[in-house]
Amino acid sequence: MRPSPRLGPMWRLGPMWMPTAPCAFTSFPLNRMDPVPSSVRLTVREAVHTLSSSEDGGCIFSTLGSLKRYLGGTENPALPGEQEEFARVHFSAVLRCLVSKLNPDWLGLLPNGQLEELWASFFLEGPADQAFLVLMEALEDTPGPSFRLMKMARLLARFLKAGRMAAVMEGQCRQQAELAFPLLQEALLIKVVGLPDRLGNCLQHENLAEFFPQNYFPLLGEEAVRVLQAVVDSLRGGLDCSVSFVSQVVGKACVYGRQKEILGVLVPRLTALTQGSCLWQRVCWRLVECVPDRAMEAVLTGLVETAPGPQVLARLLGNLVLKSKKARFVMTQKLLFLQYRYTTPVLQSLLGYLAMDSQRRPLLVQALKELMETWGSSSAIRHAPLAQQCYVSKAVLICLAHLGDAELQDSRDELLASLMAGVKCRLDSSLPAVRRLGMVVAEVASARIHPEGPPLKFQYEEDELSCEMLALATPQPAADSPSEAGPPVAPVAAEAPDKQTVEGGVPQVRPQGSDSELDSDDEFVPYDMSGDQELKSGKVPMYVRDCVEALTTSEDWERWEAALRALEGLVVRSPAATREVSVELAQVLLHLEEKTSVAGFEGLRQRALVAVTITDPARVAEYLTSQFYAINYSLRQRMDILDVLALAAQELSRPGRFRRTSQCGSPGPTCPPSCTVAPTWRAVVDERIRRKTRRFSKGSSRQGPAGSPNEFNSVAGYFFFPLIQGFDRPLVTFDLLGDDQLVLGRLAHTLGALMYLAVNTTVAVSMGKALLEFVWALRFHGDTYVRRGLLSAVSSVLLSVPAERLLEDLPDELLEARSWLADVAEKDPDEDCRMLAVKALLLLEKLKDKLLPLSPP
Amino acid sequence: MPRRLNSSLDTDSCGRQGSPADDLAVAEVPSGKAAAFLQPPVGHSTPAFVQGRDLKLCLWDLAEGRNAVVDSVGLESVGFCRGSILARGQQRWMLAVPGGGSDENRLDLAPAQINLFSYCQIQILEMPSKTSVCTLKPEADAKPGMPMCLELWQTDSSPRPCLLAGYEDGSVALWDVSERKVCSRIACHTEPVMGLDFDSQKARGVSGSAEKALAVWSLDEQQALQVRGKHELTNPGISDVKIRPDRKILATAGWDHRVRVFHWRTMKPLAVLAFHSAVVHCVAFAADGLLAAGSRDHRISIWSLYPRS
Repeated sequence: MRPSPRLGPMWRLGPMWMPTAPCAFTSFPLNRMDPVPSSVRLTVREAVHTLSSSEDGGCIFSTLGSLKRYLGGTENPALPGEQEEFARVHFSAVLRCLVSKLNPDWLGLLPNGQLEELWASFFLEGPADQAFLVLMEALEDTPGPSFRLMKMARLLARFLKAGRMAAVMEGQCRQQAELAFPLLQEALLIKVVGLPDRLGNCLQHENLAEFFPQNYFPLLGEEAVRVLQAVVDSLRGGLDCSVSFVSQVVGKACVYGRQKEILGVLVPRLTALTQGSCLWQRVCWRLVECVPDRAMEAVLTGLVETAPGPQVLARLLGNLVLKSKKARFVMTQKLLFLQYRYTTPVLQSLLGYLAMDSQRRPLLVQALKELMETWGSSSAIRHAPLAQQCYVSKAVLICLAHLGDAELQDSRDELLASLMAGVKCRLDSSLPAVRRLGMVVAEVASARIHPEGPPLKFQYEEDELSCEMLALATPQPAADSPSEAGPPVAPVAAEAPDKQTVEGGVPQVRPQGSDSELDSDDEFVPYDMSGDQELKSGKVPMYVRDCVEALTTSEDWERWEAALRALEGLVVRSPAATREVSVELAQVLLHLEEKTSVAGFEGLRQRALVAVTITDPARVAEYLTSQFYAINYSLRQRMDILDVLALAAQELSRPGRFRRTSQCGSPGPTCPPSCTVAPTWRAVVDERIRRKTRRFSKGSSRQGPAGSPNEFNSVAGYFFFPLIQGFDRPLVTFDLLGDDQLVLGRLAHTLGALMYLAVNTTVAVSMGKALLEFVWALRFHGDTYVRRGLLSAVSSVLLSVPAERLLEDLPDELLEARSWLADVAEKDPDEDCRMLAVKALLLLEKLKDKLLPLSPP
Repeated sequence: MPRRLNSSLDTDSCGRQGSPADDLAVAEVPSGKAAAFLQPPVGHSTPAFVQGRDLKLCLWDLAEGRNAVVDSVGLESVGFCRGSILARGQQRWMLAVPGGGSDENRLDLAPAQINLFSYCQIQILEMPSKTSVCTLKPEADAKPGMPMCLELWQTDSSPRPCLLAGYEDGSVALWDVSERKVCSRIACHTEPVMGLDFDSQKARGVSGSAEKALAVWSLDEQQALQVRGKHELTNPGISDVKIRPDRKILATAGWDHRVRVFHWRTMKPLAVLAFHSAVVHCVAFAADGLLAAGSRDHRISIWSLYPRS
């Protein structure tokens, strides 16, 4: 129940938090502790009476003027004792009375807004905390939108603009700890930090820009700096001060998620002010120390993110991590292990801060140990998202760059054990990114932890991430590393990726035979001739059978290589001859080993195998799929089989394949194998013809691509079913459900691809059914790569099997798949898995949309 | 077929990205039975000389869009050797072709010897009258084998035409046509000479053969040939050599499917044009510096490189 505004809030019992609370009873007429009313009390009582009853502008003006004397600052101020009593006891009552009188008629009693100006001056010049509280209370009590509400909102904006918020906070800082009123502070804190929310609620659409959080919190930051400046000044003057209220304000603002706004102002100013001033540094340390525990995390993360580097962070925080348990937990645990959204510079600031002081270095060593432990834990590798693994790896590398050899030696065994475990698990992973992460960290860390041993060296493709990580491993400039530890050696400086240009286009050597005539010939700059190699044309076999023979028996490596290079072209050109030896050829190619260093061997072999498979799909596919589950093959060979099958299926199912092959094949043996250049000139010629041709009508001249049967249709079964049947029967050397999960993942992807390529074929339905069963059996597989394969396989089923058939033949499977997909989309630790699941769900939705228009009559 | 070549020459440019030189236009020549060589027409209204494998050398009228055979000469040799033409005034040419022609000794010889002997000879014809000027026979003791390439030339100072001939034994001979005798002869190669070109201003020539090197030779004032140097190649086999009309660069057609470009003065390698997928048969420079290469892969590639300023 709100009191009726007509009674006036001045008669209400002051709320508990009022600064006058201990004296509240003295302001009440029935108080007996102070039998003789002071002159101030009499004046105030009279003035309040005049204000509430009088309609005479002049009278009100003079009354207010007499009250104004108690605020000081006029030509005839009241005695200091009286001023103090007024401020302490009567001020908020007067303010409330003033608020209650606020309406257009009252303000209009005197011309030119004199009354309003006088009225506002009480709020702007009186004690700031009371004025602020009364204003906030009145704002929240006033129903809006109304004249009074807007007037007060504008007054509050003026209050903020006049820098009174600094006065509010400063007032709290100046109070001695024992004299502070915790409840009042709490109320002030809530209102100071919650101002944007409260004003937003009161004013709704009429809200002023000053109260928007993005404007208010930077202002609050500025005011906090001014308060700190005042604190520093009074400390210099020998006065004791406390910054705890500012700490609380900053802390609460950070908890409200306004780190960027408030710290974005505060940190740069403090960075500049703490430079070279011990007093400022101490004030700043004290400011962070006084942040309540529950706000510590918000403030620290904000500071670490905003501070431009470890030096600044150290200046702002001091040895906070040693003094505050909460801070230590946040800095060494939470930011390193529980969160991973921070950027690399933030991580560098954080760890650099720990490394900069000898007292804090033990924490860094401890952090490295724990980081390594996490890095080496196989369960973390399996269940943590890749981004977090990157984050931890980066942290490890940064720690290593900061720590000296002596510090590392002390915990060497522990670190090595974790490192080895982590490398092993990572190299086993089926995700290339995880493997690469393991290799990079292993190379760098082993060189640091075990410098005397032989250096580890992996072969991995350098990408953005690995380059970034290698850069992290090189230590920061000497200013960062503490002098007592000595500059850490750079273990990987030599491995930094500096690609030397092997051959420049411009020759350095002047031609020897240049005679006296110096004409402009020397401007002829040679082109790059590095590709000019010897041509091994003499030994190229001309027939497929010759190739087979050369590949199996030849000891002449040039002939062997020439045969390998020529094989794809020969197979394409002579399909009949190939069919006679297709299986034999596939066998030879599958078992082919790279005996000499042939550039692009893998590609040549794969293309040849694909060509053979396309030429004689049924028999070769049957052979290859049977070999996939045979013993005595390496994982590499099995994965090659899968790749070849997928590529051949893709080629077979490509529309318009017939046309191309017939065009290409017609000139007989004269067609060069490099048909790749043909399309460019063909396009050029076509374009030229088109440009020079004038058409009188555009009738049916433009035809779409001629329809042709999907060649994959008749052979899809040979590709698909033998592959999907044997995955759960482990062999001695090959256990798909055990260690060979990489191949299982590839198998799932390949089956998905085959399914996708079998679109519009007659076997698609039974393939889809088998594939959904396969997916169902493996849906909880622990390996990310396998799960990705399964998810893409589900998508292929949804894309390839006609919607009607899906619904008729596989309704249960679809329902099961749907619930599983929803589960994965929500909970899977891998981002790609979640994405794939969402895509599959979308396909399911589309399926529903496609079927729904049919069902309603 | 020459039409096709012409039409591909005058097409507008379309650069292929990534190749060292701008390959301007490529046209595919349909495979035909009569593989033929083009002797480029000199001037506008002159006919084009086309030497066919059908033992006929035809003159084509290509002016003003016509394409008709206006005359033909029967040839005797079915070898690799291409003929050579030298303009001798308005509408008069001297033509050097391999083969014996109407040789007076023929009747005295057994058929086998006719063949053997006549194939070593070079016939000089006057065109368009088709009258045989003379037959150049190697000396009795020399066994150079068949002529493989011919190059007629004439200095501005003297009216006497000369003929450079590359032979099967790898030698290059300089014939004085009017005196029907060999002025000089050097063994440049160990394999048959497949192509040669001569820079009459610098009195230097270059020849390519089946072996793995180019030979550069020069001609001194005494009309004697001297080998100046040999330049190793990556792969053996050169089918044709041409010096650009401005005598700055030269191009070779290689059996290794590549066209090689050298600096003519220094013989410094400048470029290797790898585009064709079969043996390159011939190269030719246009007056404006464009380079054309014809290959067994049924393509002619046109290249623009080191454009003349």
